[in-house]
Amino acid sequence: MTDNTALFKAPPAFIAAASAVTVVPPPKLAVRNLNFLYGDFQALKNINLDIPEKRVTAIIGPSGCGKSTLLRVFNRIYAVYAGQRAIGEVLLDGDNILDAGYPVHKLRSKIGMVFQKPVPFPMTIFENIAWGIRHHEKLSKSEMEARVEQALRRAALWDEVKDKLKRSALGLSGGQQQRLCIARSVALKPEVLLLDEPTSALDPIATGRIEQLIEELKRDYTIVIVTHNMQQAARVADRTAFFSLEVADRQRYGVLVEYDDTEKLFTAPADRRTEDYVTGRFG
Amino acid sequence: MMGVDIYMRRRVVNVVAMVLSGLAAAVGLLFLVWILWITVKNGLSALDLKLFTKITAYGAEGGLSNAIVGSLVMDLIALGICAPIGVLAGTFLAEYANRTKLGAIIRFLNDILLSAPSIVLGLFVYVIVVLPMSNLTHGAVSFSGLAGAIALALIGLPVIVRTTDEMLQLVPGTLREAALSLGVPQWKLTTQVLMRAAMSGIVTGVLLALARLAGETAPLLFTAFGNNFMAFHPLNKMESVPVAIYQYTNDPNPALHAIAWAGALLITLFVLLLSLSARWYLHRHKVTHD
Repeated sequence: MTDNTALFKAPPAFIAAASAVTVVPPPKLAVRNLNFLYGDFQALKNINLDIPEKRVTAIIGPSGCGKSTLLRVFNRIYAVYAGQRAIGEVLLDGDNILDAGYPVHKLRSKIGMVFQKPVPFPMTIFENIAWGIRHHEKLSKSEMEARVEQALRRAALWDEVKDKLKRSALGLSGGQQQRLCIARSVALKPEVLLLDEPTSALDPIATGRIEQLIEELKRDYTIVIVTHNMQQAARVADRTAFFSLEVADRQRYGVLVEYDDTEKLFTAPADRRTEDYVTGRFG
Repeated sequence: MMGVDIYMRRRVVNVVAMVLSGLAAAVGLLFLVWILWITVKNGLSALDLKLFTKITAYGAEGGLSNAIVGSLVMDLIALGICAPIGVLAGTFLAEYANRTKLGAIIRFLNDILLSAPSIVLGLFVYVIVVLPMSNLTHGAVSFSGLAGAIALALIGLPVIVRTTDEMLQLVPGTLREAALSLGVPQWKLTTQVLMRAAMSGIVTGVLLALARLAGETAPLLFTAFGNNFMAFHPLNKMESVPVAIYQYTNDPNPALHAIAWAGALLITLFVLLLSLSARWYLHRHKVTHD
């Protein structure tokens, strides 16, 4: 794994640009020739992408371009459904997580996921956090309490809920519920956090808090965020990947068009399609 | 001025639809209230202490104590059989066999069982339980409360399977994905998250199944048969409130009719109590959801 570019058959133009930027840390996740199929429908075609460690990487693009699909490959949640297949490699610290031998519970404790809609479990606030931990680790009562507090603090929720940990999580506001979901993932001490449009169901104030939280979390975690909101990508992401739909042989595929430092992608995109999209001329 | 015509027409159509649906609701409600009124009016006059203390053997001088005990014993055994099987089968359908051919076949068969005439279920249990039991024990045990409970369980089973299946399917898929994303296995997800999320609906389904089987007569005729004396042991023939009502209404003695009305009132109150507790349970658990 000394030279990633050697793995590409035909390195796209942006690779050359990216390799010139020496500050990019080593990839935490490396996507290699990834294809994704929903039955006969190919949603992603030949994706190659390096996600740097302890940075925020945003994935943007029009509806149906496979953004969320890519995220769902990273923790293999797609495998819950029959007929969905990922072909190719996704390397987490060099190990292929798509390998059938890669234990899925270990993968999911290393790569956490937060969904579009807040989905608190029908339990108390405390149990929402403790439930997942209990499956992976045996902790004493006091250790568990410390761990839950730590997770809630990390998600900037502790002060709001510390007096009602025994109450149902379903009574929290939408923004609080989403931060609870982030706390739930963080509690497992993951290395990567996948955020699938985490603020699209939230109001602007709650969105602002989540974005602020992402800024803080990236010190310790590698974050991949899918978003419809280009301003959000520009605000929170260090690097941004633009996906688009390509039509060939009457088939539509999601492809990676351009991947670069966020500032460069938004101000001086190399590809015409990226420029059209980020300037609003898409469609 | 075509626009005005259209708005006028819409307003008329709206009023007509409203009046028709209101009338339909009133007719439905009228019969419900009527049934309740007649049951209460006729039942209350015969509702006294001897109904609960005396057995049916005394006829017009007696009560329904053996029938009440028989009903309670058989309903509880029936629920003990059909609730666990039904909840597990419904869970299988929703969580493991959803969108599979096997699941579709089981759902179809369950719907057939749901609409099967109850007398047919009684005959079925007569053939597979009562007759073999009689042969095995040389006639010592034939008709029994247990056989009656099995027949009642067959009534309740499809109701519970269906409600459990539907309630679990109402749980959003994102909740499943969120739990699985924590690396938790399917069985933990099912028992600790999904069951909890669907619990109020499943409990309501079980209570409604109980209400349904508590009022059944036909499945008990060839299974529990009936018994004019007090019986607690489920291997004895057993009386039940619906069967006692059925027998008393076939009798020319008006004093027995009065007892039958009181029995009808008892069942109605029992079912009402069950519905109310189901609602109370649902409501209490809704509050925490909001």
